[in-house]
Amino acid sequence: MLDDHLVVQFLRDYGQETLHTINFMEYPWETLIRQSRRVNLLSRIAFFLRELELLDSVPEQPRIHFINSIKLSDANARSAKVEVKAIHKALSAAEVDFVLLKGAAYVWSGVDAGKGRLFTDTDILVTKETLPAAERALAHNGWFTSSLDRYTQQFYREWMHEIPPMTHLKRQTTVDVHHTIIPPTSRLKPKPTKLWQQADAMQNMPGLFVLSPIDMIIHSATHLFHEGEFDQGLRDISDLDLLIRQGVVSEDKWQELLNRSEELDLVKPVYYALNFSYKILHTPVPDEIIARARKLSKMSYVSSKMMDMLFSRALATKHETSPVKGQGFARFLLYIRSHWLKMPVHLLIPHLCRKSWLRLTGQKDH
Amino acid sequence: MFNIAVASNIFAVARHLKHFYADYTVNDSGDFTDLYVEVKAVGGLRRFYKPQVTFTFDGYEPFAPLPLNQAPAMFEWGLNWAIANTAHQYLIIHSAIIEKDGYGLIMPGTPGSGKSTLCAALINRGWRLLSDEMALLSLDDGLIYPAPRPVSLKNKSIQIIKDFSAEAVFGEVVPDTLKGDIAHMVAPESALLQQSTPVKPAFLVFPHYQDNAEKQLKQLPKARALMTLAEHAFNFNILGEEGFDAMANMIDQVECYDFTYADLATALEGIDSLVK
Repeated sequence: MLDDHLVVQFLRDYGQETLHTINFMEYPWETLIRQSRRVNLLSRIAFFLRELELLDSVPEQPRIHFINSIKLSDANARSAKVEVKAIHKALSAAEVDFVLLKGAAYVWSGVDAGKGRLFTDTDILVTKETLPAAERALAHNGWFTSSLDRYTQQFYREWMHEIPPMTHLKRQTTVDVHHTIIPPTSRLKPKPTKLWQQADAMQNMPGLFVLSPIDMIIHSATHLFHEGEFDQGLRDISDLDLLIRQGVVSEDKWQELLNRSEELDLVKPVYYALNFSYKILHTPVPDEIIARARKLSKMSYVSSKMMDMLFSRALATKHETSPVKGQGFARFLLYIRSHWLKMPVHLLIPHLCRKSWLRLTGQKDH
Repeated sequence: MFNIAVASNIFAVARHLKHFYADYTVNDSGDFTDLYVEVKAVGGLRRFYKPQVTFTFDGYEPFAPLPLNQAPAMFEWGLNWAIANTAHQYLIIHSAIIEKDGYGLIMPGTPGSGKSTLCAALINRGWRLLSDEMALLSLDDGLIYPAPRPVSLKNKSIQIIKDFSAEAVFGEVVPDTLKGDIAHMVAPESALLQQSTPVKPAFLVFPHYQDNAEKQLKQLPKARALMTLAEHAFNFNILGEEGFDAMANMIDQVECYDFTYADLATALEGIDSLVK
């Protein structure tokens, strides 16, 4: 079902370096633009076209949309850099080290996954010990926790891997402060200290780190396949595709990726990442590596088939130009699953009941 | 110019399009469409209890749903949003833009300044409408491009303009929107006939309506004008340096004024005197 999606086809062509062979005059640009705008990939696609010096071959009307979307991601990167500098200034004064995560990390460290990447919030990781100091330092410099109700505040602080989002009073930008990468109540138990050990220090910015290239892949995989939010799913798969192509270039590196996912107790999400990135975007992952990852994840044949079915529906781009049967239901099941993975039953049931009640009664849901 | 596709299941939206866009060009099916927008009634039980309308642009819903009777207004607001968020080949300034004898006049306005009222009056007195909402300043040639659409008027302004001009054609008044009572006025014929002709900006006028004030046209220092205008630009931060340069170049070329007025007749005199 993914093969029909123009944006998927386009990303595959980029990966296989066959983009220059498409028929630029006859190409359905309008559909590509609409589909990719829907999944937040328009800027990235435009970036690829510019990188390959193909923009001038695109007819004028669609070309304008591509150029404009590059302006958007350039602006996004500019303001992200301002933001990271401000966070760094606040935290280094309090002697708190931090790791940039996701979009901000890709853009800041200049990896391929930063190409045309749009994001709104800056995600950072601090150690659990420095969390109170980090929160104080940010609050002193203008970031405040938005007014959440007491349940939500407490829910975050007791059970989550991050504190409630902090928004800057003047710039209205948001920083998400994490102390580990998945909720501590999850069945999988990655140790954040292990991520710190291999994090790369950024030049000229003492105390600022990004994850090692291998850990970036593992974290991106974990974020997508553990969190249950698939609206940006294809964008996230494209991130993974770019991270893998850039970071895993030899047999040794494949081995390192598998070993490291075992060490971090995150084999399952990594297996999904390798499998789906290969299936959807034809990322060059050797069959043998996927098989080994599946074996390491200890999944049964049946459950891997079932997850396969659910994820491929959930990850498809939903757009009127390419409807996906059963996507809503698949995403619903995966949403339930993500909660199941994150919380023991005695926490999960009351939490979901509360959420349903708020939704039914039309109150705001966080 | 933008090619727009609209999908709607609301009769009032169709009627709005027929009333206000009857003379616009209809594209061929093969033409490139810039923006697809949807204005749809919310389904389910909502249909029976306080029915609502949503605006969607390629999957994005920038606004919370509104009461169904505001559907046509939501279409206009939504389209403004979609243009302001995608057309970065222009520096987009939240302002009215009109033209007479080749002189472009940019009139940004804070709420209550009377921008829309002045704009509606002037285009019924020989000025050409480019837009009552957004000036599209091209980053390539420094000219302002037209995007003529129905003119939106609020509250008392609706009656003022109806009294002012017998020829002005209005739609229905929609009461109690977020912006108060609103009504749209059909864009004058001249606006459509010249919709492909950009103008060179010549004047930048910040209007200030003030009860019982003496009419006053006061020159504004250019640096001040630039700082103020920057706050009216939708995509200033997205365009960065390119946007700053475009705005600075424009400010260099235009005469900048603060304009205080108390009634429409003297206001029109004041503005007309600029091009004489």
